[in-house]
Order: sequence, then structure tokens, then C-alpha cells
Amino acid sequence: MVKYILIPLLPFIAFVINILFGRNHIKDKAHWIAVPAVFASFILAVSAFMDVLGGKVININIYSWIVSGDFNVSIGFLIDQLTAVMLMVVTSISTLIFIYSIGYMHGDGGYYRFFAYLSLFVFSMLILVMANNFLLLYFGWEAVGLCSYFLIGFWFHKKSAADAGKKAFIVNRFGDFGFGLGVILIFLTFGSLEYVKVFENAGSVAGQTISILGYQFDTITVICLLLFCGAVGKSAQLPLHVWLPDAMEGPTPVSALIHAATMVTAGVFMVARSSPLFNLSASAMATVAVVGGVTAIFAATIALVQNDIKRVIAYSTVSQLGYMFLALGVGAYTAGIFHLYTHAYFKALLFLASGSVIHALHDEQNMQKMGGLKKYMPITYWVFILASLSISGIPGFAGFFSKDEILWRAYLSGGLGRFLWFLAAAAALLTAFYSFRLIYLTFHGKFRGTPEQERHLHESPPVITVPLMILAVGAVAAGWVGIPPIFLEHADRIGEFLAPVLGHPAGEGSHAEELAVMGISIIAGLAGILIAYIMYIRKTDLPGKLGAMFQPVYRLLYNKYWVDELYGKTIVQPTLKASDRIILGFFDAKIIEGIVNGVPALIGAFSRRFRTIQTGLLSSYGLAMVLGAMFIIGFWIFLR
Amino acid sequence: MDMSSGFSLLSIRPIVPELTMICTALILLLLDLIVKKKEVVAVVGIAGTLVALYGTLRLYGFSEPLTVFSDMFVLDGYSNFFRLIFYLNVILTICISLRYMVIEKASFGEYYALLIFATTGMMIMASASDLIVLYLGLELMALSTYILAGMMRKQPRSNEAALKYFFLGAFSSAFFLYGISLTYGLTGTTNLKDIAASLQTLNITGNPMVLLGLIFMIVAFGFKIALAPFHMWAPDVYEGAPTSVTAFMSVGPKAAGFAVLGRVLFSAFGAMQIQWDSILIPLAVITMATGSIIALAQTNIKRMLAYSSIAHAGYMLLGIIAGTPGGLASTANYLMIYAIMNIGAFAVVIMLRREGFQGENLDDYMGLAKSHPVASALMLVFMFALTGIPPTAGFIGKFYVFMEVIDAGYTYLAVIAVVFSVISAFFYLRVVMYMYMRDPREEVALATSPSMNFALAVTAVMILVIGVFPSVLLDLVKFSIPGLL
Repeated sequence: MVKYILIPLLPFIAFVINILFGRNHIKDKAHWIAVPAVFASFILAVSAFMDVLGGKVININIYSWIVSGDFNVSIGFLIDQLTAVMLMVVTSISTLIFIYSIGYMHGDGGYYRFFAYLSLFVFSMLILVMANNFLLLYFGWEAVGLCSYFLIGFWFHKKSAADAGKKAFIVNRFGDFGFGLGVILIFLTFGSLEYVKVFENAGSVAGQTISILGYQFDTITVICLLLFCGAVGKSAQLPLHVWLPDAMEGPTPVSALIHAATMVTAGVFMVARSSPLFNLSASAMATVAVVGGVTAIFAATIALVQNDIKRVIAYSTVSQLGYMFLALGVGAYTAGIFHLYTHAYFKALLFLASGSVIHALHDEQNMQKMGGLKKYMPITYWVFILASLSISGIPGFAGFFSKDEILWRAYLSGGLGRFLWFLAAAAALLTAFYSFRLIYLTFHGKFRGTPEQERHLHESPPVITVPLMILAVGAVAAGWVGIPPIFLEHADRIGEFLAPVLGHPAGEGSHAEELAVMGISIIAGLAGILIAYIMYIRKTDLPGKLGAMFQPVYRLLYNKYWVDELYGKTIVQPTLKASDRIILGFFDAKIIEGIVNGVPALIGAFSRRFRTIQTGLLSSYGLAMVLGAMFIIGFWIFLR
Repeated sequence: MDMSSGFSLLSIRPIVPELTMICTALILLLLDLIVKKKEVVAVVGIAGTLVALYGTLRLYGFSEPLTVFSDMFVLDGYSNFFRLIFYLNVILTICISLRYMVIEKASFGEYYALLIFATTGMMIMASASDLIVLYLGLELMALSTYILAGMMRKQPRSNEAALKYFFLGAFSSAFFLYGISLTYGLTGTTNLKDIAASLQTLNITGNPMVLLGLIFMIVAFGFKIALAPFHMWAPDVYEGAPTSVTAFMSVGPKAAGFAVLGRVLFSAFGAMQIQWDSILIPLAVITMATGSIIALAQTNIKRMLAYSSIAHAGYMLLGIIAGTPGGLASTANYLMIYAIMNIGAFAVVIMLRREGFQGENLDDYMGLAKSHPVASALMLVFMFALTGIPPTAGFIGKFYVFMEVIDAGYTYLAVIAVVFSVISAFFYLRVVMYMYMRDPREEVALATSPSMNFALAVTAVMILVIGVFPSVLLDLVKFSIPGLL
């Protein structure tokens, strides 16, 4: 049991040590605390994974903090197949990114702070995935959000970074509000927050309704949709996706760890975890699938025309998360988690490799000012190629197996699923295109930056490239645990492994259909790469021409469908204006000011008035006692 | 036990801890004549308390209450739990007194003896199952604390505190005795269990004279636990008394007062719960309001903590108002937590006092975090705990009291209490704000000592441990209930 507790505890200890002694004592040796801690967590996670592989499911209640009637705030871990996969993803990628950060953050003034927050994040994320009840899940959920806020705004003296941190936090409030309500509703419905109890009783609650504003709604559907609200916020799905691209203001290791591989997938994990509830609500499932499918293609189209290297990858993340939700929505939970797992490797790799590029160019992020980096940074270039092939769904690479599974399951689910499959297949083409557009703009052609930058171009040090190469192995091979049965019997190891928790997806199709679906996605991927090749290597004037020809479309995409502006116009500015008018003009001057100054003044006046009762005179104290007693006696004996 | 069976040594087992404490106090008085170093006296005092603690622990967790002296004295889980609070109180007080009393030039041997005598009085109160024995314990405690409050003989402030406390204390004793006599006159007994039986058999629970007796007793107990409007002595006495005595008084007599209030109400007047509930509810609201609101205007931290202790008495009263065994347990639980956090806070206040520097003003805390980060961090923990912010023990204390009062159907009382908790956050967190966000005006040196560091470490660690693992304390509290009801 101690082993399992240590998995999250070690990063927490590293956090405590670094935050307490970092500023004055540890300083630039902070990684000597954080890296071993997270590596030890990784080793223990492997051991826990082995235990689960051996058929053990660990569900331990460590202790109850508060017990009062039905309400039980307890800390307990559930390590089943799903959690085991998440543990492996979180700890392995954290370890690599911690090592990478030693090189990337070297010399930064807040070095100890960076490692402290990063360790706290790993602790929170591990709590989130290991929780055995919704309350602890909620704690982890909020804690990772807090860490994300700290780390996006890590360079808080930069206004854009501080703003992005706030934006992420505020946008997530919307989702988390729903999530919190969902958790409360679960408690009210089931009288417990423990997964086991909730899921056991899920069936008996099915069909119950809840009255909201006089209308009757299916309780389970309401719970699921509220939970999904939280997932939409945390996993940056439409319409709450706006915070994630801005979150790229944070240091690149943060983008890789929190905003690609782990935290943003928490929503996917949570929905998969709650699958016994979601399975009972067809309409909630359909909502999840539609939001996922639409987000997948929506974000992919934006990524086509962005010039900031990290933003392209950020929109790619939003799009890939859309795929995962599509999978969950059509009931293929295993496929969703499988994609979460492969995506973590290739997307972390893409971010870290782009970090390596940005590092070499001294914080230049505009791809139009890059080019020809291939010969200066061969390792970075090759890992980029591998990760991009993986995300494009080229057969043999990790991304192929997981994405193909999702597309196949979406296709199989029929009806609405068929349409969503079409969107996702189209998004696959776009994915391949923008991924290779990024590579061609960055690594091929001529260098378009300043001569000063060109002179300093260099490959990154081993502390950066070694984690890249290890992740590259993952980006290529991670998918080999999920080879579809059509190629190799009993090779869908991850599907079988997760089946006890997530079940088998429904639907059967013929081999011919499956091969056709697979063929279409392969063709889409190859076509995307080919178009990118033509546009950015062969006919480099084509993008400009196309842009001019389809200018409205180009501008629509370049401006990200003006969603930020839309929110600005419809929500942010009206709110600000209203608050200016009402709060500043009226409320603040009259009411708030009145309350803020008035209440303390009133209480102060009261307080001073009462204070004068405290005369210091013995006789008046005695009198107060007598009067008090008289009052009670008079009231209770004579008045009644 | 009946006297006819002879006086075997075994029959006095329940009062062994009290006897130990009395002997310790007497030894301290003698020791004071022989040894020059008062530290020795203090250490012997702690040692004697530890022996008594050992005796109590040996008797802890008995399922059956043990009674002696013709049912006048009872040892049950309830009194045992309160004894733990008293021991903790006296040991920590001695620890924080050592250097402070030297600074105040009031380091006398009898100081420690009086602390032990007062504690013995509290222990007798908690165990009394007869109103006369209860009065005996109450006076032993009260007389000792009157003297303790005036320990700084040369300071008028201290003398004033002692005198006020004495006069008003005597006044409250008169209330109490009148209450006893009325009750005796109507029920023919002073034994708590017999009173309960008489109330039933004579069917006089609705009799106004019975109620009058009960009201007089509540007034007297209300004085000890500083319920408004019987609280007015508290700010003056707390401010004037030596700070270590203030710490002692703000916990000990309050806990003892609650112990007897709980026992008298539950075991003697259990049948009149509707009546005493409707008396206590307005008292609780007025007390919370008085404590929280007047504390806002205080600039002297000892006075602020005095009002804070009044407000806390209001919260604790909610557990008794709930009128259930669980409610009483939550009050006992709160008292233990309150003892720890309040003594901790006073310990920090004491540290600021040194020759020629009072260190009692809020302004003296400005920028303390820059010069003394550890002391400030401790004060932060104590202030957070007094406010009731998780994961400190203060939250646990409030949580269970509020929960019990809600379960008993008084949701509005919990709401009122939460509102006053929020108001009280202002003056607790103001101390934190002064320490961390203001610039220091002058260099403040701290008067530390090993025993002081020990007391600070124990209180801070206990606050956090109980805050994170509340079951540590709740398991102890569990034993306190079955013995009583």
C-alpha cells in the first residue's frame, strides 16, 4: 500500500522542499530534488502497472478526513486498468519533460519555482487519475487547473503571459462550475461519491427524472452533461477551446506536459472513468460525440494557416482531443484512451522539438522567419518527422493504430456516427497537411530569419535531445500494443487490457468495410502530406495565390473564426462595460463602495459604541450580569 | 459506593489523578522554600502533571463510570476527556511561562503551585456528580485564578484585573449557590442523577421555580465561559493578567465551565431540554455577535484574543444546544482544539514581550515575517486555525459543531455562526496581513526559550495533524460520550 501512496507523494515532497528552500538554498539545483522524485514515481508506477497486469485491481481507502452521516470526505486510490495506463503516461512523460527542462529552463530566474510548480502539477495529476471517488477527482481537477494557471503565467512580468494565465483560469471556471454541480448532483442522487458505489447503483437510477425549472429531465443525462461541461473546459473543446492556444505563453515544457500530454486529457479520462453513467444516456453520448467530431475538424482548419509554431501544435492538440471525445461518444472508450496514450507521446515530442527550435532561434516562434533548419538541427528534424508521420496516421506509426480505431468505431456506430466519421476523416487530411506544412516551413527551404540568428543556429544539447529521442521511440512504437485483429489476432493488447473497465465497443463490421475505412484514412493522410509538399516545396508561390484567391476563407481561418472576437464582443466587453457602468458608475460608487466602506464603518461604529459599554467600571459589569439574568428570567418565567 | 463496605484503597481509584495533582501542588509550595531556581519548581510541576496524566490514561476508555463518595464524584469518559484538556492546558502554560514570568519580574514558586491547584479544581468540576462537589471544585479553581491574575503585584493593571475578576466571580458564585438552593428546595437533593429522577417523579419540569434555579446556574456557568452578557469581565481581566495566565484562563475555566454546563444540563435537566435550549440559543447568538464584532475594533492583541475567546464560546455552545450526545462530543472536541490553537496564539504574543517592550499592540506585528519568518508562519497557522480554515484543526472543530447543530434542526444557527466566522476572519487575518504585507516599523526581538519552542512546536504540529487526520482526536472524543448518557 505504501508503494501506491508514494507514487503521488514523492512529487509532492519535491514540491514542498523546492518551494520552502528553493529561493535561498537550492536555487539552480532544484532539479536534483524534482527529477529523482518523479523518476522514482515512474518506477513505482511501472510496478503498479505490473500488479494490475497480473490481474490485481487496487481499491484502497487510505483515510477518511471527515465523516458525517452519509457525507464522507475520504482519500482513497483506485488503480485499475484505466488508471494504470494513465499512470504510465503521466509519470513517463513527466520524467522525460523534467529532464528536458533542466536544459530548457537553465539560467531562468525562477528555476526552483518552475520545478516546484511542475512537481505540484505531477502530484495533482496523479491524484486526479488515482482517485477512487468524485470528490478527490474534483480536488485533483482543480489543483491541476491551479498549477496550469501558475505555469502559463510563469513569466508573469510579461503581460501576455499573465493575461493568458488568467484567461485559462476564467474560461475553465465555466466548465468547472458545471463539473462541480455534476459532482453535487451525483452525491444527491446516489448518496455517495465513491466510484464503486455510484457505478454499482447507476442502473437503478436510470430512468429517474429531476425537475429543473418545472421541466423533467433524465437525472443521469443531466449528471453526464454537467460532468461533460467540466471536460469541455479542461480539454479545450468547442466552445471553450479559446484558452488553450493562448496557454502557449507558458514555457514550452509546460505546453508539452500540461497542455498536450496530461492535463488537457483529464476530461477524456474523466468521461472514460464515468463510462458506466454515460452508457446509460444516449443523448449525453451523442453530445460528446458531436462536440468531439466538430472540434476535431474545426481546430484542424484553424491550424492550416497559423504561423506561430506552437499555436499550430496547440490547435492540433484541440483537434486530436476532439478525436478522443468522438471515440468516447460512440462508445469506443478503449479507442479514446488508446489515442490519449499514443497522442501523449507524439504530441509531447512535437512540443519539445518545437521548443528545441525556438531555443535555437532565441525565442523566435514565427515559422515564416524560420526555414532550412534541417542541416543545423538534424536530430530535432528527424524526431519532428517521426512525430508528424505518427500524427498523420501513416501505417506502422503509433498514431495510425489509435486514430484508425477511432475512425472505424465512428463509422460502425452508423447514422450520426457515419457523418462524424466523414468529418474526422477530412480532419485527418488536414492534420497531415498542417503537420507537414510546419515541417517544410521550419526545416526546408532557405533560412528566412536574421543573419545574426543564423550564425547562432545549433543543435540543442543532449539534455534536450535525449528526451526527444526517447519520446520518438514512443511516438513510433506506442501504437504497437493496439494492432487491430484484422492484421494480427489477439494483438489488440490495450483493448483487451482496458476491457474490464471500459467494456468492448459495440458494433460489428465486415473485413472489407474495415479495410476500406482504413484505406480512406491512409489516403487522406498521404494526400495531406502530398499537398503540403506541393505547396511548400515545389510551388512555393501557391499558398500566397490560394490565400489571395480564397481571401474570405483564409481570413476566417487565420482569425480563428473570430471566436475570440465573438466572445470579446458578446461576453467580455458587455461584461466589462456593464461592470464599468453598473459597478464602477453606480454599484461601486454607491453600493459596493457603500458596502466596502460602509459595513466596516458601520461595524466599526457599532464596535466602538459597544466598546463604550465596556466602561471598566466594576459596578456596571455587575449590573450587566444582573440585567442579563433579569431579562432571561422575565422572559421565561413571567412572559410565558 | 456505600460507606458501610469500609474504605478500601481501591475505592479511591477514581480520584487518584486529583490526589496526585494536590500532592504535586503541595510539594511545589515546599520546594519553593528550598530551591532558588524557579525552573526546578516548574519542572517538578510538569512531572507531577505527567504522573496524573498517566493515572488518567490508565483509567481511560472504561465503559462503566466509576463513582465514589456516595455518588458525589464520578469518573467517566466525559470527565477523562476534559482532564486531558486540563493537563494539556497546564503543561503548555508552564512551558510558555518560564521565561515570561522572569521578564515580568513575577517569577514566584507559588505561581506554579496555583496553576496546579486551579487545574485540580477544574478536574473536580468535570467529575462532580453533585452540585456541592461541583461548587467545591469551582471555588478551588476560581480562587486560584483570582490570585494568578494578580500575579504581577507591582502593576496596577494586574491588580485591577484580579480584583475585578474576584468581585464578579464572587457575584457569579452567589448566583450559583442560589440556583443550587432553589433546586435543592424543590427536588430535595443535590445529586445530579437524583435531580433528574425527582423532576420526573414529582412532575415539576414545568415549574417556574425549577426553571429559575436552572437559569441561575446557567448565569453562573455563563460567567465562567464568558457568554454575553456575562462576559464583561473577560476583556479587562485578560488584558491585565500576565499573558501566560490569560492563556491559561482563556482555556481552563472555559473548558471546565463547559464540562459542568454539559453535565448539569444533560444529566440533571435532560428532561427540560426545550427550556434550556430556548435560553441558550439567544445567548449563543449574542455571544457570537459580541465577540466577533467588538474584536474588530481592538488594537491590543490580548483584548482581541479575549473577544475572540468570547466568540468561540458562542460556537461551542451550539454543540450543547444541539442537545444530542454527538453535539456534546462536538463541543468537547472543539474545546480541545480551541485549547491548542489559543495557547499557541498566546505563546507567540508572549514571545514579543521583553524588557522594556510590551509587544501587545497590533502594530508591533508589522513586518514580523521579514525579521522572524518562523514565528510569523506559526502565528499564521494559529490565526488560520482560529478562523477555521482547512486543513487546520480549527476547521474540524467548527465543522462538527455546525454539522451537529444542523442535524438537530437548527440550520439557521449554523448560518448565523458561519456569518460571524466570516466576520471574525477579518480580525484574525488582519494579524497575518500586518505580519506579511506591512513594512516593519522597528526591529522586534523575540524572547524565546527551549520550553517555549517546545510549546509552539507541539501546538502547531497538533493543529496540522488534527486538521489532516481528525480521527486522531475524534477517536479520543468517542470515549467521552457513553459515560455520561
